[in-house]
Amino acid sequence: MELFEAKDVTKSFGSVVALDKVSISVPKQSIYGLLGPNGAGKTTLIRIINQITGPDSGELFLNGRKLKPDDVASIGYLPEERGLYKKMKVGEQALYFAQLKGLSHAEAMKRLKYWFKKLDITDWWGKKVEELSKGMQQKVQFAITVLHEPDLLIFDEPFTGFDPVNANIIKNEILFLRERGATIIFSTHNMGSVEELCDNITLINKSKTILEGKVGEIRRQWAGNEYDIVFEGNTEFNENGYFKIMNRQTENNKTSVRIKTLSEMNTNEILLAAVKAGKVISFNPALPSMNEIFIRVVEAQN
Amino acid sequence: MNKIPVIIKREYLTRVRKKSFIIMTILAPLLFAAIIILPTLFMMNGTEDYKKIAVVEDRTDIFKGVIKNTKSAEFIYLEDENIEELKKTFEQKGYYGILYISPEIVNVPNAVQLISRKQPPIGILDHIETSLEKEIERQKLMNYNIENLDEIMKNVTTRVSIQTIKIDDSGKVKETSTGIAMALAYIGGFLMYMLVFIFGAQVMRGVIEEKTNRVVEVIISSVKPAQLMMGKIIGIALVGLTQFLIWVVLTVGIAGVIRSAVFKKSDATEMVQNVSKNVMSQDQQLQIPGQSQPEIDPAMAEFTKLFNSAMNQPWLLIIFSFIFYFITGYLLYASIFAAIGSAVDNETETQQFMLPITIPIILALMVAMGTMQNPESPLAFWFSLIPLTSPIVMMARIPFGVPAWQLILSMILMLVTFIAFVWMAAKIYRTGILMYGKKTSWKEMWKWLRYQG
Repeated sequence: MELFEAKDVTKSFGSVVALDKVSISVPKQSIYGLLGPNGAGKTTLIRIINQITGPDSGELFLNGRKLKPDDVASIGYLPEERGLYKKMKVGEQALYFAQLKGLSHAEAMKRLKYWFKKLDITDWWGKKVEELSKGMQQKVQFAITVLHEPDLLIFDEPFTGFDPVNANIIKNEILFLRERGATIIFSTHNMGSVEELCDNITLINKSKTILEGKVGEIRRQWAGNEYDIVFEGNTEFNENGYFKIMNRQTENNKTSVRIKTLSEMNTNEILLAAVKAGKVISFNPALPSMNEIFIRVVEAQN
Repeated sequence: MNKIPVIIKREYLTRVRKKSFIIMTILAPLLFAAIIILPTLFMMNGTEDYKKIAVVEDRTDIFKGVIKNTKSAEFIYLEDENIEELKKTFEQKGYYGILYISPEIVNVPNAVQLISRKQPPIGILDHIETSLEKEIERQKLMNYNIENLDEIMKNVTTRVSIQTIKIDDSGKVKETSTGIAMALAYIGGFLMYMLVFIFGAQVMRGVIEEKTNRVVEVIISSVKPAQLMMGKIIGIALVGLTQFLIWVVLTVGIAGVIRSAVFKKSDATEMVQNVSKNVMSQDQQLQIPGQSQPEIDPAMAEFTKLFNSAMNQPWLLIIFSFIFYFITGYLLYASIFAAIGSAVDNETETQQFMLPITIPIILALMVAMGTMQNPESPLAFWFSLIPLTSPIVMMARIPFGVPAWQLILSMILMLVTFIAFVWMAAKIYRTGILMYGKKTSWKEMWKWLRYQG
């Protein structure tokens, strides 16, 4: 079942088209990646979902119903440019935003305590925002975003500005939120996190959707004719007329070889050759990283 | 759920808690109180200091008893006193100074000297001069041997003091004072200018802060832009009112404390009694003009007149109009300020938009000043109808009396314009706060006005 759907969303600013008939459909309790180069229109789409701006045409659905202004209460939004009042104290500010989202003072307090503890930022409650580092501010903002336990969470570039340790904490929190029932849309340039987190993606370039689907399927689609073979021990495996060795390395008493087939051929033929060479542990089609796919798709279109 | 109160609360609390706000709120009344108190203090100090002045006349005694004692000075006529001797000892004898009158006085005007250690106050000099002048005049006239001179003099002496009386449709008359009306016009117009400008600019700064911080995106995902704008405008208006109220209370309080500390209580009560007595007698005058006037101390009469006139001002109308024009005028300008704040990326960029707002306000202030000279001028009339200037100019006109239809028309125009401006500002604001990095022009803003959705 789809929690959120956008159909043929088009938006232009004057003569500049920011989104051209972009559609996404986000299954319930999944993580949806919104990818694309800078200026592709991701943030515009996110703003439309948040009803910050309206689309010129197209329709938006939440839980199968048309998106209404009141629905902002069930959406949590972490904008790309983090926005906090610099002169305001962290706790006060968190309370203010929680109340804007419709939480009562007492309820907001209770949940803030929980999240501040979870993200290890309780000590900063009484500090002014301007005293915090950028990463700290982002943690605060993250807590504010998820506080009202919305059905749909939208993170615009959630990992920028975090060190690897904190990025991992946020990653785990996102997974935890999905487990608890939330549906998440996030935009990112960090393709590693896409592979780790996303169930589905849409790639937008020059205001149009150019790729969409399940992450696993996309990677298999783009796999092409490369395979990874892992042998036990230090194994010699030589090229023949059917395939070329792309890469070979021996580590921990295992040899990994990536080969590329030269013509359409039965994988059995390769396997036969491999079996002759040594003891095969695994044989897999080589999945390209999302990074590669991203670059290839975008460059192909340009 | 309506979230405007939450926004108002934040806007209000963050500003009220600022150190600069607290300092300004406490310091300003001290300043105001000083401005109010100091002049009175100086004036009263003069009367407090009772002076004894020795009057020494050389050889003649024509001026004996001519100079009457006043509240602040006593004139003691000394006969057969050695002036040179007295010059050395007058202080020990308890005199403030010596008034020496030489015999040539009738012909040479500067034959009179007041010898003292300190510069004598102007009031005493005036008193002495007029007393002597009158006496010399009288004596010179006597030289002409006119019959019944005393009687003629009594008939000739006149005192002119214009009484301004406003008469309304029902024929009721009220004593007024142009002085008071001018003061009120000035205070009303200027206060309006200050409040609108100071707090309108605060709205603009607040909007720019939110925009540059990108806080606005988070808020806009929770509330509508118009709600945020109104919340901010109202919150800051409440800050302004709070400050204003504290100022009034503190100023009155401080002034009161200083006054009661400095002046004797009996003085005050005596003054009030005198005033009320005189007010009554003035009323009688109004009913039977032309009849003989009871003898009143001229200074007291002047004061009574002012007091009377102040009481006769249409206070209810003034207060009501002030509140009406403050709220609508503030909302009008604050929404323009908010729209401008939303259209720029930082405060330095506001310059090009500030000028067109500043011009009507400055113009209004100038016309308001002119209004005090001529409240009925066509300029004052038109500017008190045009909504951008009417809050200031109309406030300046009201103490002089404004026809009801003009006031009502001005208010209706103001209401309509204010609603239109808030609506337009909200539209510009909605688009502007999410626009970054682009230099905004008037043309651009006009386009935003027509954006849909």
